[in-house]
Amino acid sequence: MTTIDQASPVLAAKREHSRAWRKMKKNKSALVGAVIILFFTALAVTAPILPIIDPLATSWSAIRKAPSAMYWLGTDDLGRDILSRMIWGAQASLMAGVFSVAISVCIGVPFGLVAGYFGGWVDMVISRVTEALLAMPFLIMAIALAAFLGPSLMNAMIAIGLSAMPIFVRLTRGQVLAVKTEDYVEGARAVGLNHLEIMLRYILPNVMAPIIVQATLTIATAIIAEASLSFLGLGQQPPAPSWGSMLNVAKNFLNQAPWMAMWPGAAIFLVVIGFNLLGDGLRDALDPREA
Amino acid sequence: MSEAPVLSVKNLNTSFLVDGEWKNVVRDVSFDVYPGETVAIVGESGSGKSVTSLSIMRLLAANTSRIDGRIMLSGRDLLSISEKEMRGVRGNDAAMIFQEPMTSLNPIFTIGRQISEVLSRHKGLSKSQARAETVRLLEKVRIPNAGARFDDYPHQFSGGMRQRVMIAMALASKPKLLIADEPTTALDVTIQGQILDLIKVLQEEEGMSVLFVTHDMGVVAEIADRTIVMYRGEAVESGPTEEIFHRGRHPYTRALLSAVPRLGSMQERRWPTRFPFVDIKTGEAAESVEVAGTVANGRTPVLAVKNLVTRFPVRSGLFARQTGAVHAVENISFDLFQGETLSLVGESGCGKSTTGRSIMRLIEPTGGDVALDGYDVLRLDNVGLRDMRKTIQMIFQDPFSSLNPRMTVGAAIAEPFVKHKLGTVKEAKEKTADLLRKVGLSPDMAGRYPHEFSGGQRQRIAIARALSLDPKVIVADESVSALDVSIKAQVCNLLLDLQQSLNLAFLFISHDMAVVERVSHRVAVMYLGEIVEIGPRPAVFDNPQHPYTKKLMAAVPVPDPSRRGIRRGISNDELKSPVRSLGYQPPKRQYREVSDGHLVQVA
Repeated sequence: MTTIDQASPVLAAKREHSRAWRKMKKNKSALVGAVIILFFTALAVTAPILPIIDPLATSWSAIRKAPSAMYWLGTDDLGRDILSRMIWGAQASLMAGVFSVAISVCIGVPFGLVAGYFGGWVDMVISRVTEALLAMPFLIMAIALAAFLGPSLMNAMIAIGLSAMPIFVRLTRGQVLAVKTEDYVEGARAVGLNHLEIMLRYILPNVMAPIIVQATLTIATAIIAEASLSFLGLGQQPPAPSWGSMLNVAKNFLNQAPWMAMWPGAAIFLVVIGFNLLGDGLRDALDPREA
Repeated sequence: MSEAPVLSVKNLNTSFLVDGEWKNVVRDVSFDVYPGETVAIVGESGSGKSVTSLSIMRLLAANTSRIDGRIMLSGRDLLSISEKEMRGVRGNDAAMIFQEPMTSLNPIFTIGRQISEVLSRHKGLSKSQARAETVRLLEKVRIPNAGARFDDYPHQFSGGMRQRVMIAMALASKPKLLIADEPTTALDVTIQGQILDLIKVLQEEEGMSVLFVTHDMGVVAEIADRTIVMYRGEAVESGPTEEIFHRGRHPYTRALLSAVPRLGSMQERRWPTRFPFVDIKTGEAAESVEVAGTVANGRTPVLAVKNLVTRFPVRSGLFARQTGAVHAVENISFDLFQGETLSLVGESGCGKSTTGRSIMRLIEPTGGDVALDGYDVLRLDNVGLRDMRKTIQMIFQDPFSSLNPRMTVGAAIAEPFVKHKLGTVKEAKEKTADLLRKVGLSPDMAGRYPHEFSGGQRQRIAIARALSLDPKVIVADESVSALDVSIKAQVCNLLLDLQQSLNLAFLFISHDMAVVERVSHRVAVMYLGEIVEIGPRPAVFDNPQHPYTKKLMAAVPVPDPSRRGIRRGISNDELKSPVRSLGYQPPKRQYREVSDGHLVQVA
């Protein structure tokens, strides 16, 4: 037997997730993203036990007050404390973002996978339906669905999730078409693996990267969509707060009380950035090719 | 030579910025190219040969690369002039052609426009002058009916024709130096022969110098006056081509040359022969060993293919009606015995890969019979098909795309074994370790991912995976074609060893005649979906009968500098297409038996 040229230093067999975790820890920006998201999640979860003012309590004596020692972030048009509304609102907004995107991914990715993998009439049907759905503006469709399901936060999330789903079908299908032609997929067939095994072990892991990135971006869209639905009375029901509904009310008072818009806006911005940084980091960490 | 050199490179050092560090990829390379001379830079991938040519043209990204030394082109120092002046040099004093003719032309402009644009920009010709000159250039590179093809788009040209267009474009400004970076590597062998001839003829006509970058020793022997051998960024040896080939001093040169398969080197031998192993430090060559007596002739063939037909529908129009069919495989028959290697050779589009895939039913054949070790392959249901896969496995061409990048190599090798429930997880682990050892890797590499391995190592891993089911037949589809020569020799030796120890039958699909001659027991030559000649390897190679077989053999560049200057006679033949209209009835074929088992299609 002839000798083999030198290879990179020996890496003992390590479990995949521990390796990904080590890589994640080295990635500064991903950690920043994780910290931001953890911070808001912690706020949302601990809202009931934090020593804050009741977010629903109105006060006629404290309408549209600027931030002060009493009201750290100021008050809104009904004299409610913005800080506690922000903290309680984090619940609704984060849930709207994460849950609706989870719905999109869980439905959209399998459809895209199947359409791209099998092609033919399966692809034809799925793709045409997807295109029909994409032809409808995202928000209009979310509103229509939410109205059909009835007003509640849960229904709003389902409506947003279904409306955002076609993007994931399309994205996944396109990626699958590219990966499907790789020799290793044909090799998997030659070995005798069935379609499900090939899709789950050979194709899905190789198309995940853009899906993760798209998901983090869609979380931002979903948070804002929830705001719009709340504004129409289809999302979080007033007086319960969400960042979106707060922002919607605040836009009427931009000149008189800019803080009303500033805080929820800043919070949405931070969460979106947080998810994006985390998503980028995840994508790199899950790719064994990235050192 | 008393004349001043056209190109003079002194102490060229090129470094790339990698992860914040400067990595030197070309070290102290010096050479001259004299007027009318062809100099070849030869080396394997990563040797720095392409970087050298790109450095000369200053085509490397300025912020991540650094070029030191002196590059004089007709007395002008290319490293000291501005980027703007350099643009005047490129395509004017020195022109360059690249490997991939499919992507180096702009698909949305006609080829005439692309060439005349060069002329009007560099030469200031008027539109009608430019057109006339363009037609003249297209005629010069022997494009048939040049005037009429002026307004054609690149997709209407074949690969070889596009490379001619690229050469015409390079010639537009009458450069003193033509840099050709692997210009024939992506082309079929008969087309490669045409392009090499063309470059030789044009060089005589125009009197230009050529710097030819290639990995192929056969091409070097055929075209170069002088040769520079590069190895890991250094020019280890340079001199007249004949000196290098016959009296190479550096061990690497000798190792490289001994690994080059030579067409015709097997005339004295009956059996497939291992490549001689040359120690890269000493340059000592070990004797090449014949691998005899593996074939179980006379018994039932392990694979018998009868009248196999595979056609792909061609659809067009509004309702995608079928308007024709690609007759990819047309009525082919052959047997393969245990322990035997049958090679399918032919050029791109001849149906050799489709044959391999049809036999494995990775593509559904249109008709015929395939008997594989007791299975009636074409009539198996899904379950039977899955069982059948234990008997026949495949090794692909590109080791960079044949392994799942998200799976450790250990998991990849064990997967077929686990899938077919051939043993416990522990047994799968042992099997994996055993297979890794068998293909010359170490078992502790099982935890690594494919990207951590070199191309040759990956191909070994792919082989290990194919072996994990203990198959009887392996379809090797261009399995060594993408590898560097020295790695190619190692992998071929591995395949021969495995055939001997495991009694494997190989269906070896390749376009590389020299490798085929080395490893096969029998050879089948395919042309437009049909087998035009089949027989024992010595019979087919020593006594080719079919005109296409003869043409194929004549086109192979032979690494023997004494054949330099040989012209094949430029023919502009292109590969024909196997697309037929609907209702086409393939003609009945007759075969003539030349000698025992040697059949030739006669009509």
